[in-house]
Amino acid sequence: MSLADQLVQYVIAGLSGGLVYGLVALGLTVIYNATGVINFAQGEFVMLGGMSAVALNAAGMPLWLSAVLAVAIVTAVGIGLVRLAIYPVRDRPALSVIIVTIGASLVLQGGAKLLWGPDAVRLRSFSGDTPIRLGAGGIEPQRLWVAGLALLTVVAVHGFFTWTAHGKAMRAVSLNRAAARLCGINADSVVALAFGLSAATAALAGVALTPVEMMRCSQGTHYTLAGFLAAVVGGLGNGFGAVVGGLVLGLLEALSKGLISSGYARAIALGVALLVLWLRPQGLLGRRR
Amino acid sequence: MSLLRLSSVRAGYGGLQALRGVSLHASEGEITALLGANGAGKTTVLNAVCGLVPIAGGDVFFAGERVTGYPTERLVRMGLAQVPEGGKVFGELSVRDNLLLGAYSRRGRSSRAEVRDDLEEMCRMFPVLREASSRRGDTLSGGEQQMLAIARALMSRPRLLLLDEPSIGLAPMAAAEVLRQVAALRELGTTVLLVEQNVAAALQIADRGYVLEVGQVVLEGTAAELLASRDVRRAYLGRDYEGI
Repeated sequence: MSLADQLVQYVIAGLSGGLVYGLVALGLTVIYNATGVINFAQGEFVMLGGMSAVALNAAGMPLWLSAVLAVAIVTAVGIGLVRLAIYPVRDRPALSVIIVTIGASLVLQGGAKLLWGPDAVRLRSFSGDTPIRLGAGGIEPQRLWVAGLALLTVVAVHGFFTWTAHGKAMRAVSLNRAAARLCGINADSVVALAFGLSAATAALAGVALTPVEMMRCSQGTHYTLAGFLAAVVGGLGNGFGAVVGGLVLGLLEALSKGLISSGYARAIALGVALLVLWLRPQGLLGRRR
Repeated sequence: MSLLRLSSVRAGYGGLQALRGVSLHASEGEITALLGANGAGKTTVLNAVCGLVPIAGGDVFFAGERVTGYPTERLVRMGLAQVPEGGKVFGELSVRDNLLLGAYSRRGRSSRAEVRDDLEEMCRMFPVLREASSRRGDTLSGGEQQMLAIARALMSRPRLLLLDEPSIGLAPMAAAEVLRQVAALRELGTTVLLVEQNVAAALQIADRGYVLEVGQVVLEGTAAELLASRDVRRAYLGRDYEGI
């Protein structure tokens, strides 16, 4: 395979992986904008999505139904998390809430391990494993599913915030909480909606990913960190920036994996991210505060 | 008949008691002015009424119902609206979206057509909003933002409008225009509780007023009585010892 063909492969892998990071980052952004808090359980939503889809499929459900149910279950977990763990501390400083989300991530991870054990599992690919030929190499069709679903979700989330009353109400709460409440917007409902929406998008990413990446209960932390990094690199609070940050991170990881060393791929991605933040503390698309 | 009544309301932030037993009322169809120096607790009165500041003691009655401790959203649905200081328009959202969010509490009760009619009505009252309809809220001037904030509050069709310093920070022309609009609200049948640092201007459009000092009502009366009051003149109108 020529270098050009290899590059194409790496870029495609990087873009599809990066879209997933971007999706996690977008979920983090939605919650951050509604609450001012980073949800450190965000990656667990990805993990739970993948793991529950595998479990449901193994229990004999058709693939599509397992996928839909997995997203629904994780959405319920996200809203449950708000009701049980976030509401009781909502009037405390942001740091308390962040610590609650860290605790929640440990509980979700531990719970998943109790339920499903520590081993990596794989979901059947949505449309077979025959690679689609591309130049000298090929691309797994599932990667296209991942990229396509992620892209679709990003567009849907954008539409939600641009055109729907609920989306605008959420933006109002993030712009000025008191003024939004004075418009009759229930800030608590908005926070629940933010967690539900974030959980759903993350779970969808998890379901789509599990056929290509494998999934294990401890995998969530990786996605939380990657998503957080992507959100910060893109400019915290900026949804578009979150997706761009994810793509940058995914591309960096895939290219360094292919061209330099797979062992150092994450270190290189992290190093470049730190460099970006050093040069532009507000992130690539963030506004200076 | 009083639309809003506070009875010995105590409230504050943290350990600080900003209101130390405030009793007042706002009569239906009237403009009631709330006057006082900085830090007297005027804004806290508005926020306590709206449920944005927890009430530590006393009661608030709105439209004959005891509403102490009601969440803000519920009060807004009941017909209470506040224009916070500086307007606090949603800067990233368009003027039109700001106005539509003002009608958020009417979802499920008013039809789309009714809301659109009210939107049209607001653009008639404040022509500048029609021209700026698709612009971002933060591209408006201070006076225009204040108009937008008032229009946004009116979109909820409030029975009682609380206004927090609507003219503060505005150029004299813009300030006069905003207060003229407030006076015009009375013709619409909206009851107004007005906090204003420009005492003379406030008393010119108000029916009655209260003077607040360190969290307590120290003076109350009709606008004419307050304008004539030696204490008010000395403290707020800068006419020192004139005619004594």
